[in-house]
Amino acid sequence: MDFRLTPEQEALKREFEEFFKKEMKNAPPGWAGALENLFSEEGFPFHRHMAQRLAQKGWLVRPWPKEYGGQNAPMIEQLIFSEVLGYHRGAGIDIFGVGMLGPTLLAAGSEEQKREHLPPIARAEIFWCQGWSEPNAGSDLASLTTRAVRDGDDYIINGQKIWTSGAQHADWMFMLARTNPEEKRSRGLSFFLLDMKTPGVTIRPLYSMEGSHLFNEVFFDDVRVPARNRVGEENQGWAITRATMNFERSNVGMMSGLRRDLEELVEFCKETRWNGKTLAQNPFVRHTLAQIAIEIEAGRAMSYRIAWIQEKGGLIMAAHAASAAKVYGSELAQRFAYAGYEIMGLYGQVKRDSKWAPLRGRFESASQLCMGMNIAAGTSEVQRNLIAWVGLGLPRTI
Amino acid sequence: MDLDFTEEQEMLRTSARDFLTTECPKTMVRELEESEKGYSPELWRKMAELGWMGLVIPEKYGGMGMQFFDLIVLLEEMGRNIVPGPFFSTVVLGALPILTAGSEEQKKELLPKIANGEAIVTLALTEPTATYEASGVKLKAVARDDSFVLNGTKLFVENAHIADYIICVARTKKGAKPEDGITLFLVEAGTPGLKCEVVPTIALDKQCEVVLKNVTVPKKTMLGELDKGWPIVARTLEQATIAKCAEMMGGAQATLDMSVNYAKERVQYGRPIGSFQAIQFYLADMWMKVDMGKNILYEAAWMVSEGLPSREKVAMAKGWVNETYKFVTERGVQIHGAIGTTRDHDMGLYFRRAWAADLAFGNTEFQREVVAGYLGL
Repeated sequence: MDFRLTPEQEALKREFEEFFKKEMKNAPPGWAGALENLFSEEGFPFHRHMAQRLAQKGWLVRPWPKEYGGQNAPMIEQLIFSEVLGYHRGAGIDIFGVGMLGPTLLAAGSEEQKREHLPPIARAEIFWCQGWSEPNAGSDLASLTTRAVRDGDDYIINGQKIWTSGAQHADWMFMLARTNPEEKRSRGLSFFLLDMKTPGVTIRPLYSMEGSHLFNEVFFDDVRVPARNRVGEENQGWAITRATMNFERSNVGMMSGLRRDLEELVEFCKETRWNGKTLAQNPFVRHTLAQIAIEIEAGRAMSYRIAWIQEKGGLIMAAHAASAAKVYGSELAQRFAYAGYEIMGLYGQVKRDSKWAPLRGRFESASQLCMGMNIAAGTSEVQRNLIAWVGLGLPRTI
Repeated sequence: MDLDFTEEQEMLRTSARDFLTTECPKTMVRELEESEKGYSPELWRKMAELGWMGLVIPEKYGGMGMQFFDLIVLLEEMGRNIVPGPFFSTVVLGALPILTAGSEEQKKELLPKIANGEAIVTLALTEPTATYEASGVKLKAVARDDSFVLNGTKLFVENAHIADYIICVARTKKGAKPEDGITLFLVEAGTPGLKCEVVPTIALDKQCEVVLKNVTVPKKTMLGELDKGWPIVARTLEQATIAKCAEMMGGAQATLDMSVNYAKERVQYGRPIGSFQAIQFYLADMWMKVDMGKNILYEAAWMVSEGLPSREKVAMAKGWVNETYKFVTERGVQIHGAIGTTRDHDMGLYFRRAWAADLAFGNTEFQREVVAGYLGL
């Protein structure tokens, strides 16, 4: 084994670092790099600006093929990019357009769809959202009921999506709808691309308990989608969603982001005195933070392994490894958020706009937002099921 | 970057697994635990014939000249099978410090003997002070003519009762720092005044009390320089800590495999217990921690093997591996139900090993303190 980066990779890493270090100085106050920041009112214009800057550098869609604006970047370079971006709490990568729809269209889209939709993403002109969850189809996504009925050259869509991150800013949505009502499960679903300005689309915000606006409900009332915006065959949409798994799934950016949070908390503990001693001298604080550091390091090592497997496996990889990265990362973020909150004592509860807020209220906010991460994109329970079924071959009972 | 094992390493793993499965069944492991010596001379000889003791010893000293990282692969397999005996103490705690600090003469004399299985070696570092810090070394060595006279007690010394050589860490001078004034001596078995007694411990893994009463050794038995022995100990501890992690991850993987298989076979309420989500969640968490433990193990071991500064990473690895091995053995017993709590079942064997290995070269609290230091706390 050899864990060293090549000199070229080291140089690339430095280039990424310089870029984000410089550019992220322009982030709005209280920026923490979370999705909630990207999609806030003051955050989204900055997100869009950063996407344009990345597009100018040719870095927005590095893993994509050259003909669609990418550089065919290998997985390890993408790992390095994500790690640096995470550490600097970077903005600009539209996880839905760049991260999910792009790979999906590259794998399953028609030539026409690729030519229409990929270049605007690569130029940072169009931002996407993901229309999957519904009020009665959360973990059991395949039971979704939003209907798409063929009508000439169009489909007419009726129903509702929920937990749609960033829908309030998105230009387009990729979504699943039921085209065959006889099939109750995944076989009756189709994959559509929808312009959010289409008549009949209504967005209603859902505010998180700490006050931010990330999620939305999206209602469809006789929304017409041209049939050419269906990706893949009718009723084959579920298989298409598998292709969205083909992006860098190491979760390394979360680990480097947590590392940055830890470094700042360590500085806080060195500077802050309580009962005549610095927090850094308190054995509970020392051991709590050391344990967090160990867990971040273990997570980072896992991320590198996953990227390596993906690099060698031509992006397709065992699903349970990505499940592990996801569930581990979100649960670690939660443990860290609660630990940070506790370490701050009374100050832990102060919101970021107060002059009394330590570290701009990061842990007040994180202690609430962290819970959503254990639910979004496959709950921790669903991830553990996948590990047990796919990874360990245990009997599948649902 | 290349995160794969070499073909040679894969072959070493496979051959070690095959060999141990036939030559070291669990019945034998349990018998040896109860025996006085704690090892099988026959198995020891066969392991020597395979070249295992000389794996990391250079060819010119009768070894195979492989790297420390190769040893990690072998130790994982030994931990997987729980191989009783003095391999770890002889190779990791014996051959490695001799390679690090031994004179040419010492290497020529000892390394071939280790490589061919003639010599059993161990390191006597810890004392009743029960710490791996330099401050714990109280045993005194006083120069007299061409010799040193050693007085004191060493504790938790693996396999001292069967060792041909004990590398004894002694205090030769009171320095400004606890790390100053430490010297290592190669003490031969049978030297007058040397007494070894096995301490009964959770894993029955033959850790000894070693009492030295006016043990007189010639100056040439000094390993490394006078008063400057601590860096040798520190290097050995880094190697030993990550080597122990390799053994532990092997054991953790075995525990996981046993538990997954049992969950698939054991039927209650008319279905395998592995179909229940509660059991699936235990196993998913066990798999995750084991898989992650290996990644952090390999990275830290690679750094040690390459001679890169690795104390922080090794401490992180040991902290993770400690908690993982304890977690998977504890959950493993739970999944196995009552049978898992018995003396006759293998789960208990692994459980007891996990809790012993947790303490070796620093428990998690110890490692966290190391990590806290590196964080700047």
